[in-house]
Amino acid sequence: MSQVDFDDVQGLVRFGFGDMHRAYFYLVRIQDKAAARAWLSAAHVTTARTLKPPPETALQVAFTYEGLKELDVPGEMRDAFAPEFCSGMSGDESRSRRLGDLGTNHPDNWRWGRSDDIPHLAIMMYGEEGAMDQCEAEFKGASWDIAFKVLERLDTSYLGKVEPFGFVDGISQPTVDWEGKRKIHGDQLTYSNVVALGEFVLGYSNEYNEYTDRPLLDPSSRGASELLPALDQPQKKDLARNGTYLVMRQLEQDVRGFWQYMADTAGKDPEDSKRLAEAMVGRTMEGAPLVPPEKYPIDGAGHDEEDRAYNQFTYDGDPDGVRCPFGAHIRRANPRNADFPTRVKGAISHLIHTLGFARKGSRDDLMSPTRFHRLIRRGREYGPGLSPTDALQPRTPNPRERGLHFICLNANIARQFEFVQGAWLMSTKFNGLGEESDPMLGLTKTFSRPRENGLRERCNNLPQFVTVRGGAYFFLPSVRALRYFATVGS
Amino acid sequence: MVVAPLDVKRTDELRSLLATMNSAPGTADPNNALIPFGQLEELHFARIVVLEDQTLDDITTAYGLPRRNYPLSLAFLADFDGDADRFRRKMVALAGNGLQKIFSYCSDFKPGTDLVNWMKQHEHPNATMYNNWIGRSMQQIREESALSQELECYFGNGSQYQNTSPEEVRRGAQQFVAQKLKDGSLTLTALGKAPLSWQLKNLANLIFVPLVLLFFTPLFLLYLPIFVIQLRRREKSDMEIAPRPAAAHVNSLARLEDYGVTNQFTAMGSLKPGLFRRWLLVILLWLIEYTTRHIYTRGHLARVPSIHFARWVFIDDKQRLVFCSNYDGSLESYMDDFINKVAFGLNVVFSNGIGYPRTNWLFFQGAKDEQKFKYFIRRHELPTEVWYNGHAGLTNYDLLRNARIRSGLEQGSMTNAEAGQWLELL
Repeated sequence: MSQVDFDDVQGLVRFGFGDMHRAYFYLVRIQDKAAARAWLSAAHVTTARTLKPPPETALQVAFTYEGLKELDVPGEMRDAFAPEFCSGMSGDESRSRRLGDLGTNHPDNWRWGRSDDIPHLAIMMYGEEGAMDQCEAEFKGASWDIAFKVLERLDTSYLGKVEPFGFVDGISQPTVDWEGKRKIHGDQLTYSNVVALGEFVLGYSNEYNEYTDRPLLDPSSRGASELLPALDQPQKKDLARNGTYLVMRQLEQDVRGFWQYMADTAGKDPEDSKRLAEAMVGRTMEGAPLVPPEKYPIDGAGHDEEDRAYNQFTYDGDPDGVRCPFGAHIRRANPRNADFPTRVKGAISHLIHTLGFARKGSRDDLMSPTRFHRLIRRGREYGPGLSPTDALQPRTPNPRERGLHFICLNANIARQFEFVQGAWLMSTKFNGLGEESDPMLGLTKTFSRPRENGLRERCNNLPQFVTVRGGAYFFLPSVRALRYFATVGS
Repeated sequence: MVVAPLDVKRTDELRSLLATMNSAPGTADPNNALIPFGQLEELHFARIVVLEDQTLDDITTAYGLPRRNYPLSLAFLADFDGDADRFRRKMVALAGNGLQKIFSYCSDFKPGTDLVNWMKQHEHPNATMYNNWIGRSMQQIREESALSQELECYFGNGSQYQNTSPEEVRRGAQQFVAQKLKDGSLTLTALGKAPLSWQLKNLANLIFVPLVLLFFTPLFLLYLPIFVIQLRRREKSDMEIAPRPAAAHVNSLARLEDYGVTNQFTAMGSLKPGLFRRWLLVILLWLIEYTTRHIYTRGHLARVPSIHFARWVFIDDKQRLVFCSNYDGSLESYMDDFINKVAFGLNVVFSNGIGYPRTNWLFFQGAKDEQKFKYFIRRHELPTEVWYNGHAGLTNYDLLRNARIRSGLEQGSMTNAEAGQWLELL
């Protein structure tokens, strides 16, 4: 039994809406408050409850800090959300530096989300290919044009489970502990793919057995009676319970540049090209990891044959990065390590390890435990597909842009999204590397592949394959909080 | 650490002066006009901080005691190789005018004062000092870093050596380096040993501390039940003060961070009132100093490999503590190390400070209360006005790797397996 009322949670937290192949992400500003409030009050957002038959369309609504301000949500409530959410993804140089949003990735160059033009809302509509007109009209209703000024309508495309470079995407997701079965007492000695609910949904306990800070209201304050109580402080109402933060970034991918570089670097044989690209990603194009599966089961991974092949693995058997390079994208984004780098057995061993007397390799303890830095990914591709072979053809005039609308959900933006982006993906020193950041997302010019008993093989002159085109931090509220936002300021 | 009271009215003026030393916010220009740090070859790190404690009202909040108004102070500290007196003289000879200018903002500094003496008089000893690798000098770091860079160029992308045996490849590298050493474009000075006097002092400390402990053990055992009662009573009643720090304060700290791969951290706070906490902290820091001197001297402090130098210094008659460190990575990853790897170590020290998240039996909980701990730390952190890093761009792991590259290169002969392992470093 779940501890959560699924009718109160927006569906995206639990589902990717994978059967709905098309989505429009509207980034809007409110131009008529009354109309916007009315639209939001009536908005029929899709919830996390499992429906039979499954719905054919879905609607999700998320707010920026500016959006909450525009709706006159009281300042002391707004400001009790995460500091990162309050200050936003753009407009703070310190944050841009931390996230690697520099050069062409700098917010000044973004198409949307610049600090002077931040959307109030992200209104996300999912539906079947070919039925989007109807879906859109239904969701918008009559008052849409009065209520909102559309800044962007981000369109998506379905490339058949692959992302624009051609790799199967979205294979690994954390298994959310909806039932609250995971008991966390002290250090976790093995890697688990089951992650505490509080890492992804506010108002529940997280991997530290604590509740992430969030706005709690006095029950007597306006509109609070409709909200659920805070589990850790029952005398308060929890505005954020069943909500989470949604991080959105538009990432343009240079697919031609990517495959051209592989061909130029790896030589004529397309198989070599493919292998180099796979080394950068850390999986084969079909999705198989570059390291063999673990013999022992991993909690929350391997629920079926395919998942066992693709997700039941760690890098424990590849300490030198010979099979999967340290710098590979998926090894950075999810290092799959436990709280200790080495095996701990019993209390004495635990003490010895804790005091640092059991270190074996010089890379020991360079990395943080993965379980505090997980993300639910809900991104969608955009632009036309382009096969690796076609990518080698000369560029056509006025090519259409392609890429990924990266979306992730997390309860603590600083510790989850920003940490993964800054300390793992963009860091040039990840896991003891010397001078390279993520080969796909990074800005450095090197990628290296360690070789057993030999010099690492180095690829130089790595161009930038991915450019950030926009981004913002949103709050994806519960259904109750959505109604609260719609009414509190009126 | 030199600590001296400031002329409060001129603090803003001092801050503007200090800002002229920087090339990026908080990051010193190695060739700045006031103290050209880059010319002090033995200098690893240096910083100048105005010790402006934001938390002086906490003693009233937590214990109902009147606020103690300490003088606003300036702190100057440096991590360097060799003897302190020699370093002071050298720095004064190089940057006497600049130092005069900076210290002229201190209320007890008279123009023309003998700087070396004045700094010595204002020196506050470290209660605990941590050095990632005792004995690794700046000279060694510089030479080994140049060596790895040369080897990196020599090996190129590595593809042309695929069919040569590892030992042969290493021998080729040896010849290449021998040539470079000969023509003077590389130097590898033999690694020096610590001076005899230092070794003797260290040895004496190694033996003395356990002897003292042994001597006091019976007394301590007698006292233990009382200690437990005293500790537990306080742990249960001491107030936590860890509100979310103001956005403006956080921004003033964040704007100084993440310009390179290493960052600085300076924080301060007041000890909980009373003799119990005071003596507990003095003894604990004395014990920790023993471990950093004799045990954690080779690349990691307990499980944490990311700290270059750190120190804990008492000021104001042990009523306040200053903590300074230089660490690899971003603050969020530093906090992660604190919480997930050495929470116990932070708890035993900082739980003696006012407002620290509640501990359990001194070692437990505390920092494990992630959010409160992060708020507490950030709230006690101070903007470091000027920070110099003598080996910017190099993490502790880089320094370790470079040293291993050098020692592998200097080895006479190796099996192919050993040579292969060595090549993996490059």
